[in-house]
This record gives sequence, structure tokens and C-alpha cells, in this order.
Amino acid sequence: MRRWTLWVPLAVFLAVVALAAWRLTDTSETVVRSALVGKPLPEFSLPAMVEGKPGLSRADLATGKPRLLNVFASWCVPCIAEAPQLMKLKAAGAQIDAVAIKDSPAAVKAFLSRHGDPYARIGDDRDRLVQIGIGSSGVPETFVIDGQGRIAAQHIGDIREDDVPKLLRALEDAQ
Amino acid sequence: MIAEAGLAALWLAAAMALMQLALAALGLRLKQDELVAAVRPAAIVQGALAALSFGLLITLFLRSDMSVLLVAQNSHSAKPLLYKFAGAWGNHEGSMLLWVTVLALAGAAIALLERKLDRATLTATLGAQAFIALGFYAFLLVASSPFTRLDPPALDGLGLNPLLQDPGLAFHPPTLYFGYVGLSIAFSFAVGAMVTREVGPVFARAMRPWVLAAWVFLTIGITAGSYWAYYELGWGGWWFWDPVENASLMPWLAATALLHSVNVLAARDGLRAWTLMLAVVAFSMSMVGTFLVRSGILTSVHAFAVDPTRGSFILVLLAIYIGGALVLYGARVGRVKAGQGFDLLSREGGLVLNNLLLSVILGIVLIGTLYPIVAQAMGEQLSVGPPFFNKAAGPIALLLVAAMAVGPLLNWRRDDFNALLGKLTVPATLSVLVMAGTFAAAPGTGWMEIVGLGLAAGLSVASFAPLWKRKLLRVPLFTWGMVVAHFGVAVSLAGMAADSAFTSERLVAARYGQPYYVGPWRVVLNGVAPVMGDNWSAVEGRVTASRGPVDGPMILLRPQRRFYASPPTDTAEAAISTRVDGQLYAVLGAQDAQGRWQLRLWWKPFVTLIWFGGGLIALGGALSLIGRVKRERRNVKRREEAEL
Repeated sequence: MRRWTLWVPLAVFLAVVALAAWRLTDTSETVVRSALVGKPLPEFSLPAMVEGKPGLSRADLATGKPRLLNVFASWCVPCIAEAPQLMKLKAAGAQIDAVAIKDSPAAVKAFLSRHGDPYARIGDDRDRLVQIGIGSSGVPETFVIDGQGRIAAQHIGDIREDDVPKLLRALEDAQ
Repeated sequence: MIAEAGLAALWLAAAMALMQLALAALGLRLKQDELVAAVRPAAIVQGALAALSFGLLITLFLRSDMSVLLVAQNSHSAKPLLYKFAGAWGNHEGSMLLWVTVLALAGAAIALLERKLDRATLTATLGAQAFIALGFYAFLLVASSPFTRLDPPALDGLGLNPLLQDPGLAFHPPTLYFGYVGLSIAFSFAVGAMVTREVGPVFARAMRPWVLAAWVFLTIGITAGSYWAYYELGWGGWWFWDPVENASLMPWLAATALLHSVNVLAARDGLRAWTLMLAVVAFSMSMVGTFLVRSGILTSVHAFAVDPTRGSFILVLLAIYIGGALVLYGARVGRVKAGQGFDLLSREGGLVLNNLLLSVILGIVLIGTLYPIVAQAMGEQLSVGPPFFNKAAGPIALLLVAAMAVGPLLNWRRDDFNALLGKLTVPATLSVLVMAGTFAAAPGTGWMEIVGLGLAAGLSVASFAPLWKRKLLRVPLFTWGMVVAHFGVAVSLAGMAADSAFTSERLVAARYGQPYYVGPWRVVLNGVAPVMGDNWSAVEGRVTASRGPVDGPMILLRPQRRFYASPPTDTAEAAISTRVDGQLYAVLGAQDAQGRWQLRLWWKPFVTLIWFGGGLIALGGALSLIGRVKRERRNVKRREEAEL
């Protein structure tokens, strides 16, 4: 037997270990990213959710200036948790629009008066058509939309303290 | 107090393992006999301490001590005694403690019983054994202590997953663990032999009983697991090529190869390097199996055992042990002297063929199991299913069966081709007749099933050939073991081929009172009624079946659709009626809008032979084990008498 052949089993084994270690540390598949990131928003037009605040259509999101699109619901607890961060984003100059998922005007009104209202426009997405159309799989999610109405980035889950500067940077990058 | 005592015993056992390793390493390096002499006692004390620790854990479970976290999480004061007992290892921490206890007890048994192996190799073996145990002690003490207290204590326990409250399942994991640990001992022997370079018949005879014992347990574990999946999952299949099933099959394949090559080493001093490699591979496969079950990197029906951090720990242990052994292999085996040569047409040649074919099957299963991970690395999501495994491994398994019929008829060293042909006349003729008969009677049958049935018939005769013209009472027990095990393979293969070729399956939307036909059976759904169990409620179908004349004897089948309240689960309890020539298998589905019930029916001719054969294989292994141990005992006794 040639000397080097004795080391073949070790080489094969190390390759398998490396593969297993890589799979153990890789957690990417737990998050479902929208396939629409980088693509233009689909055509849509939603009626107003609450009185005194306009509804939302695709044209409102293609005004030449990047905006945030927040997918939320009054019945969603993480949405309450992220409300202060949205207020901070608004204070930092971000323009925020929203679609409310499977919700009623009275509930959304109560939610906004209790947790603050960072939104310029709120569309009523009772049937989740727009949510599905932009590739969002849950609430809350926040999309960065560039001035031409293209989805520049997607943030999944509630916005934490340290996500605020990241989202502001994403807005600048989408410029 | 009991929990603290258990923890203390565990720490002491770990310290004793460390001492055992240090004594063995220093003693061998410095050639100090006093150090070497202390290794055996250390192994015995380590075994006693580990057993004490595990015994105390069982005591905690039997007393339902809810101030212990593990007990509170996994037991309940109102649980039947058997499940309290089994609850001690029906969870991650307890099963790891059982693992290391069996390991330590096996080390103690080697220290007490092994008398033939030279001292240096035995010391190195016990050192390796302590090294393996240390990793698991560290895992237990650092990452998963079973004795952690709960303050304040729980009022009562959370119980055990109701689906796992099954007497079969209570003993399924320990059976496989005994097998894995047995392979770890073969591994330790191989490491010891590589350290001292004393690879030969004496080493092979010392290792053989452990390999046999491990193999018997693995065979029982796999056979029982297969039957459990068959009757519990309600899918009508007995093997799904699920990653976790493969994880138990791979060590079994490697152990089967090892079992045969170790005989060549013991009898003829051949296949030295190969036997060492197989001992390393067999244990590697059982570690890989544990890793796959615990880490969850492959999705499977066993997903209840998943935990990524613990997976990482096992991966590190795996890398150290197996990687270390393979480094030793690369560095040392080149200098182990080659063993005896032999003719191609000889018992050794047959066993080499056996090993090659088993290794190819092992390779196919390993590649099929790991390929989804490789594909994912290349950015593709896929799974590898039965079509691949059956097509790739099936023909090779059939070749292996053919070789199995020939191998035991060959003489050691060299044989005569014409004489061999003479011995094979009867089985070969029978094989061809069965194949032709099957083809004539059922022309649509697949070629693998036809060949399988033919080979099963041939092997069932050929397996008894080693007894031909011998006085049956004087045939050694281990030869009987081989005969029974090989016959078991024939029986099992016949079951698999018959099930695959002749199963009739029907899915019907059943109306009450209307007859449906499956195979020779006439099946009627007479009604569906609710029934209540301890922690479930169900709808139960009353199904009668008869064959032959319309007013012939009837059998009653009661398939259920069960609903468990906590956790909310919905299971199908298949109804199985076992006849002499097969099983009638019924599964109740949902009701449709017209009030018809979905009913799935199978008639599976001779399917029970699969598990009956598996039992025979294990029995053969057990007979061999007893025979070998007896023979070794007698040899030792004779030598001692000769020395006096």
C-alpha cells in the first residue's frame, strides 16, 4: 500500500466534518426573504384605514424620495414593541407609510392613539393582497422603497434600538 | 441529597477516567510497570462510580423527586412505573448518562475479564476507552447535567410525550446505545493495537466478542425500530430511508463487515490494516448517527431530539476521536506488518468480497444521506429518497446475498472450483426454478423481486450446507450461529421481495356495508364509533374481512383516528391482522361530504418474514457470541492447566 493512501480516510472525514460544521453555523434558512427585493413594487391602490389619513397606492411610493413601508397590525404584539423605534425614525426625518393587515378602523385608531402615529399614509389591506404581493410573510416587516418605487431592502421582525441607524443608512443608500 | 450524591459520583467517575488515561499514557511512555498496573483498578472503579450515578438518577425518577429539573420536565407522579423507569433515559441528559455508564461498565468488564491480550495493548485500549468517556463526562458536566436542582420544586412533572409512551420505544434507544457503545470498545481496541502495533489473531479474538455483542444489539434495535415505524406511522412501509434510519443502518453495515473481517484476522492473520480501518469506521458511523439525530442538520421524523448547541459539542467530540484515530491510522498502519496472503478462491477471498460489497452499500447510504447537505452548499434544496437507495443499493445487496450462499462453503486458504460447483448444484437449481416459477406465475414482477425471491430460496438451503455430513451435536455453537444468521437473511429477504412484489393496495371512499376487494380479501366497513382512551379520544372503524366463500370465517379490524389533547396531535392507528401467509393492514382516514370514510387497505403477503428474519439474524449473532466466549474460556483454562 502506498503511504499517501493511508491518509485518504482522514481527508474524507475532515471534509465531512467541515461540511457539518458549516451547516450547524448556517442559520440563513430560518428567515424567508422576499424574492422581490431589488424589483419594482406591484401596482396597487388601498383605501384609507382611518379617517383623516389618506390611503396608499403604488404612485404614493414613487415620489423621487426614498420612504419606509411598514407592514403592521393593531393585534400584533411585536408591532407595539417597535412603535417607539418608528417614532424615532420619524423624528430623524424618515417618511413612513403603512399597510394595516386584517384590521378594523376602530382598532387601528386606538392603537395609534396609544402607541403613537409615525405614518403619513395607511392603506387598509384587509385581505393581505398587498402584503403577499410585496413578498412579506408576517407582521411586522419594514421595507425600504427607493424614489422610483423599487424595493431596496426588507427588514423582517420588529425594529430594535440598534436597527434604527441601519434603516436610516438604508434610506440614504436608496437615494 | 440523592441528586448531589449522583453529581458527586459523576465528577469522581470523570476524575477516575482522567487518571486512567494519564496512568495508561505515562505508564506506556515511561515503561513503568507500577503505573500500568493501576490502570485496571482505575477502570473498574470508574465503572462502579458511573453505575452508581446512573442508579441514583433512576432512584430520583422512581421517587418522582420534583425538585430535580430533569425529573420535573420529563416525568409525572401518576405515570406508570415502567415509564418512570424508562423516563430516566427518555430524554437528552439521561440518555447521555446511560451512554457513558454503559461505556464505563464495558471498560470495567474488559479490565476484569480480558486475560489473553498482551499487557501493553490492553493498557492502551483502556486508555483510549477512558479518553472517549472523558469527552462524554465533559459533555454531561458542562453542557447537560442531569442532576440540576429546581428551586422552588415543581408541584408535579410535565410528563412524557404521549406518543413516546410505548413499551417498544422505552427500550429502543438503550438497545441501539448498547450497540454503539460495543462499537466504541472495538474502536478502543483498534486504537490500542495501533499504539502498540500488536495487530494479530490475539487482538482479533479479544475484540471479536464485543463486535458480536454490539452487532446483536444493533440488529435488534433496527429490526424493532422498523416494525415500530410499520405499525405506528400507518404508512404501510417498513423502511423509509429516513436520515435517522440510515444513521442506524450505517454502523450496522460497518459492524457486519468488521464481524467478518475480524474472523479472517483471528483465523488466518490476514486483513490487518483493513480490520483496523473498519473498527474505526464502525464507531465513526455510530458517532455520526448520534450527531445527525441530536444536531438536526438533516430534517427527519425524529425531529423531537434536535438541539444545535449540543450538536456542535458532539461534532467536536467526533472530530477529536475519529480525526485522532485516523491520524494514528495514517501514521502507524504503514508500519504494521502485512498479514498472511491467500488465494482469490478461498474462504478469505469470499470474506473480502463480502467486505467490499458491504463497504459499497455503506458508501451509497452515506452519500445518499449526506448529499442534501452537499447540494445545499451549492445552493440547491433537495432530498434523496427511496428510488435512489433502492436502485443503487438493491442490486449490490442481491450480489451480497449470492456471495453469502457461496462463502461459507469455501475452505480457508484455497479451494477447488469444480468441487465448489458440485456443492452449489442444489441451491443454484432451486434459485433458478423459483425465479422461473415466479416469472411464469406473475410475469409483471420486477427483476429485483424475482432475483430476490430466487436468491432467498437458494440461500435458505445453502445456509445449512456447512452442517452437511457433520455430527450436529458436535458442530461448534458459533457455526450454528453463522447458519442461523445466514438463514435469517434468506427469510428476511424473502419477506422483503414478497412484500414488494405481491402487495395489493387500495384506497377507497367506503360506504357502510359495501364490500371492497384487496388481494384475496373481501372487506366491509360496518360502522364508525367514538372511543375514549386515557389521554386521547378517537373514532374507530369496525371493519370485517373474509376470504374464500362469502359466508367464511370473518376477522374484525379496528383502525382508529386518534386525537391527543396535549400536545394537540392527530394520529392514525393502523389495524393489522397477522395471518400465516401475510398481514391485512387497514388505516382509517377522514370522512367526506357524502358521509363516506377514506379507508386505505393493504394485503401484504409474507411481510412478517422481514422481522422474523431480523430476529433470526440477531439470534445467530447471540449463538456465535456464546460459542466464541465458551471456546475462549476453554482455551484459557487449557493453557493455564498446561502451565501448571
